[in-house]
Amino acid sequence: MPNFYTDNDDIRFLFKHIDLGVLASLCEEDFKFASQFDYAPASAAEAIRNYALVLDSLGRLSAEFIAPRAEQTDREGNTLNPDGTVSYAKGIAESLDKLAKADCLGFTLPHRFGGLNFPNLVYSMAIEIVSRADASLMNIFGLQGIAETINAFADEQIKQKYLHDFSAGKVTGAMVLTEPDAGSDLQAVKLRAFQDNTGNWFLHGVKRFITNGCGEVLLVLARSEPDRSGGLGLSLFVCDRGPTVHIRRLEDKLGIHGSPTCEIFFDNTPSRLIGERQRGLVTYVMALMNGARIGIAGQSLGIAEAAYRVARDYAASRKQFGVAIEKLPAVRDMLIDMKIALEAGRALLYETSRVVDHNIAVEKKLEFNPPAEKEQLKPLKEQSRRLNRLASMLTPMSKYFCSEMANRVAYDSIQVLGGSGYMRDYAVERHARDARITTIYEGTSQLQIVAAVRGVCSGACEKYLADLTQQSYDPELEDLIAKLAEGTEQLKNAVAFVKQQGAEYMDLYGRPLVDIAINLIIGYLFCDQASSKVALEVLIEDMAGATNGQKILMKKRKALIARRFITKNAPQIVALSQLICSGDKSAFTDFAALIGPVPEQQ
Amino acid sequence: MAYNCVVLVKQVPDTKRITGKAMNDDGTVNRSALPAIFNPEDLNALEMALEIKDKSGGNVTVITMGLPAAATVLRDALYRGADEAILITDARAAASDTLATSYILSCAVKQLKYDIVLCGRQAIDGDTAQVGPQLAEKLGLPQITYVEKLIDIKDHTIIAQRNIGNGWQKVKTQLPVLMTVTAEANEPRVAAAKKMMKYKAALTPADVSQQVKSENPDAVASELNELSSLKCRELENKGLLIKQWNLDYIKADLNWCGRNGSPTKVHRIQSVVLAAKESKNIEPTDAGLTDMLHELIDDKIIA
Repeated sequence: MPNFYTDNDDIRFLFKHIDLGVLASLCEEDFKFASQFDYAPASAAEAIRNYALVLDSLGRLSAEFIAPRAEQTDREGNTLNPDGTVSYAKGIAESLDKLAKADCLGFTLPHRFGGLNFPNLVYSMAIEIVSRADASLMNIFGLQGIAETINAFADEQIKQKYLHDFSAGKVTGAMVLTEPDAGSDLQAVKLRAFQDNTGNWFLHGVKRFITNGCGEVLLVLARSEPDRSGGLGLSLFVCDRGPTVHIRRLEDKLGIHGSPTCEIFFDNTPSRLIGERQRGLVTYVMALMNGARIGIAGQSLGIAEAAYRVARDYAASRKQFGVAIEKLPAVRDMLIDMKIALEAGRALLYETSRVVDHNIAVEKKLEFNPPAEKEQLKPLKEQSRRLNRLASMLTPMSKYFCSEMANRVAYDSIQVLGGSGYMRDYAVERHARDARITTIYEGTSQLQIVAAVRGVCSGACEKYLADLTQQSYDPELEDLIAKLAEGTEQLKNAVAFVKQQGAEYMDLYGRPLVDIAINLIIGYLFCDQASSKVALEVLIEDMAGATNGQKILMKKRKALIARRFITKNAPQIVALSQLICSGDKSAFTDFAALIGPVPEQQ
Repeated sequence: MAYNCVVLVKQVPDTKRITGKAMNDDGTVNRSALPAIFNPEDLNALEMALEIKDKSGGNVTVITMGLPAAATVLRDALYRGADEAILITDARAAASDTLATSYILSCAVKQLKYDIVLCGRQAIDGDTAQVGPQLAEKLGLPQITYVEKLIDIKDHTIIAQRNIGNGWQKVKTQLPVLMTVTAEANEPRVAAAKKMMKYKAALTPADVSQQVKSENPDAVASELNELSSLKCRELENKGLLIKQWNLDYIKADLNWCGRNGSPTKVHRIQSVVLAAKESKNIEPTDAGLTDMLHELIDDKIIA
């Protein structure tokens, strides 16, 4: 039986390699919920068993039910009905029904609201699995951060009103942020929030490009302080879909056709304030966006995995010049790069999710259950600050790396298939179209770099790399660790140079700076995987695709991957750091001369 | 109104995954070589029961008859939303044919309150499609076989659409009723996460004895019994004890069970070995394809 969890050796390996027991214990607060809820785990071992059971079931649903519907969904899209309601594509509606029945729509919500209370790491795995089946379904499945935001910041009454319904799959939500003149720059949001004389809030204005804007529960960023421009004039509201919420238009898009992208007009819509006024953008939406960025990274992995598999399969069976094309040097090199890029993205995303889980747990502890002793409180606060800095750097790195990687892998998948890949007969063209949005929404790659480069230049990255160096690695990786240390020195030099040049120069060279840092981090993560205690054997498929082929220990495979990844990246790190230290500022000094005037309209 | 559904399910060898070792030398099925699965059309029957429950309320009880290991399909049924699961296991039921099986199942179903009894159309190991209809006869129920769609259920009346091979037929009848369900009827839901998290620990008394025995290899029989009943009580309090009935409990007449109750006699077993004796190359040209099509039409493989 096909199963997108069990057929993925890398996910299965990482499931065992990463210490899920620690995360389980953090999420379950030392398993105190077991006495209240008959499905809450009583031990780490039981929690891990639960994660595996659920991923297995979700893997089957994705492979058997969701994936076969994806092509039709892509062709069909959503429909804006004359009465203003939106109908999902049939495959999306059916898949959502199955996901709801599978209890998979409250992955990280607490038990008391009917959620599974799973770590974000397991949710990232789930998002990848679902996205591999249908990337556009992820835009609804992966919007669980909306409920999570309500859980984190809204008052108890609002939580009670919505969260049970989210877990049960009775409602879906939307993050209603973007406006025609406020895209990347959310500080420019204009949609008006005002109060009547009894203090009830209402919303008035237009929102654009809203994923699943037809959902039942809308989280809306609006200007509650008319006299205050910028982010501090904005608050976050929740409202229900109703007669005052008008879907005016569904966008006609390049990809993710199963995900409805709505333009919404709010005509004095009754709403309720989430948390406190003025914290809408600066606190709540930032938290929401960070979760969503991890979600998009997972979506990107799913798309890349799906595309890669089509290419891998095709290259093994397509014969040209008398051989399967995977034997041709250029094709084989491309396939290996695709596969390693995928596993690199997964390594980074899972590490990020793990750090985020720790960060959330420590924050929760500080807020609800802080230690009374000062000596204990201080190190906990210090730990929280450190984790927060690290999560704030790794999250945009993951989103940036995974989304760019997915586009590259999907692009190369079409290349491997040649003319056939360009045709709609194969799924790779859909994967390439679906991948395209991932570097754009929830913050473009350029904005992820702006967020990440501050971590790279502020010392957070240096500290993290130093921590990674301290781990124990298998002796045969010694030369690779040495290479990574060399790379780290080059990064330090580049950072020192950039710091002398100022913030504008840092943003101009943000991409190479972040690229070096990501390459080094992933290099260490691969070495860590290659030093794993997990003895998982995986099949190395032979040419004929026989199932009784040769096997290899996953950690040995990872050692080969680490070697190739680090060896191939070392000269690039040298080149990138030379580029950064070139001092070239022509983008500022000679902009007009280099690109000429804006072309005249014909 | 709410309806109580009883669903009869079977654990079967996965005949889709036949390997070289699937058959013993004597031509019987080598069950250990094939993974045991939930009979596919029984999942459709369970899904139909769950849909009735979702819409109208009521209970879904799942029964299976088999070796203690068949409890696996009962746990699976609980994961998907069944309210109660019952294992019928008894050494004296071994070698039952369809007649004896339907007799035993009828005795079990009679212990329950029910409005609708559902079975899969047929099991993929025997492919007889006999147990459902025989069970309906023994329970004195009207039966609708080959159900591909449940059209309506209201008060004490049900309307279903059944496949009659060359078309379909709408059937209306009074409850209680027995239906056998085909794969076309629905797409079974998957296990629900929270139910898996809870019921993964659900065991039958037979599972418990085995577990206790393996955990206490040195204990004597009386100690084992005591430990087992302690563990069973503990599970029962948590709602995690799967009921286990034997032939005495369901008041079955032993003359109708097992080998005694099975008139089916195996006349001969033929071991069919499929091996290509000759092969033929067809050129990938228009002429080659035309020749192949003509040949297939002549052989009545395609019409």
